[in-house]
Amino acid sequence: MSDATIRQAVGGMPCPEYENLAFQPSPTLSDATVAVVTTAGLRHDDDPGWKPEDPSFRVFEVDDRALKLGHLSPNFDRSGFAADINVVYPVDRLSELADQGIIGSVAPRHISFMGAQNDTMEAIRMDSGPAMAKALKEDGVDLVLLTPV
Amino acid sequence: MRPHAENSKIPRALHCEFPLGRPLGKPGDAAFQIRVLQEAFALLDATEGPVLRDFPETIEDSAAQPLSCQVPPRVNSGQHAVLDEAAGVKPAYERALAESGRTNVGRVVSDASGIPGLLEGMVRIKDGTPWKEAGLPNNDVLEASKDIMSYYEEAAAALAGHIPAARAAETWFFAETEAGQLLKDVRQQLQDDGVPFGFYVAPMTQ
Repeated sequence: MSDATIRQAVGGMPCPEYENLAFQPSPTLSDATVAVVTTAGLRHDDDPGWKPEDPSFRVFEVDDRALKLGHLSPNFDRSGFAADINVVYPVDRLSELADQGIIGSVAPRHISFMGAQNDTMEAIRMDSGPAMAKALKEDGVDLVLLTPV
Repeated sequence: MRPHAENSKIPRALHCEFPLGRPLGKPGDAAFQIRVLQEAFALLDATEGPVLRDFPETIEDSAAQPLSCQVPPRVNSGQHAVLDEAAGVKPAYERALAESGRTNVGRVVSDASGIPGLLEGMVRIKDGTPWKEAGLPNNDVLEASKDIMSYYEEAAAALAGHIPAARAAETWFFAETEAGQLLKDVRQQLQDDGVPFGFYVAPMTQ
């Protein structure tokens, strides 16, 4: 199993458990506008750096590619993203799927959070998460692909 | 990780046994990434949730196997070994940057020209200077360490001539370079000094 050391270290960490299930009927994929939301801590060069347990998010235009990996944890591979942005942030792959008619369209804007958070993630759940969802809904996004880092 | 996905009742989740940092599995392999996306989008077929399925392929990391690439030989014995080494890998770093147009260097320095200064600060910490007096930008030891790691890992990929397996460049850096040993020494120094964040100077895998 990959990353055995880190898995052993964090495998027992608590994570939020929810009373209500957020399951929704799915849109028709070939009509759906799809956005990427990643927790890789991506940012533009001139965006503020991330802070520990930072609940904020960064917004990227669909054509932005000059993105840096700014996640605060050292405990994952960085070389994959350095070689190919799509292994974390698959916007080009979504574009190809849209060209093939498999998805409806690629969203005009995409999002990154930074994955080193506290156990409850309360600020994201109650504040920045809903704010991000509102922004994506205003962009006409039907479906979000979450890539965890 | 799978238990977290189960406990959080994520509405639709595709569990992928891939190395951390590579959620789409294989950098440089568009066909594989498309397969992952297709499996993820197939979750939409479910009419009830939560849905948790497993991607059928596993990818292991290479943390135990350093990337096979040569650390450039020393050229300036009058310079500190780590600075000489950083200068030696610079052409490879610049090749990688020219090819990709991107770099992860830039957390506390504006570009790679700042790396020698970061290494000098780390040497001071290793030699006993308190971390707040070591002259690192914003005294940010952790972000400085990541800029150094990124510089070397990106250079390593150019030296090797191919995309490294997950963690292979990281292991090469910590096992075979002066700078990697320096960061391990800084980690130890900070831990000996009781500095709470010292542990995070280097990955726990190293």
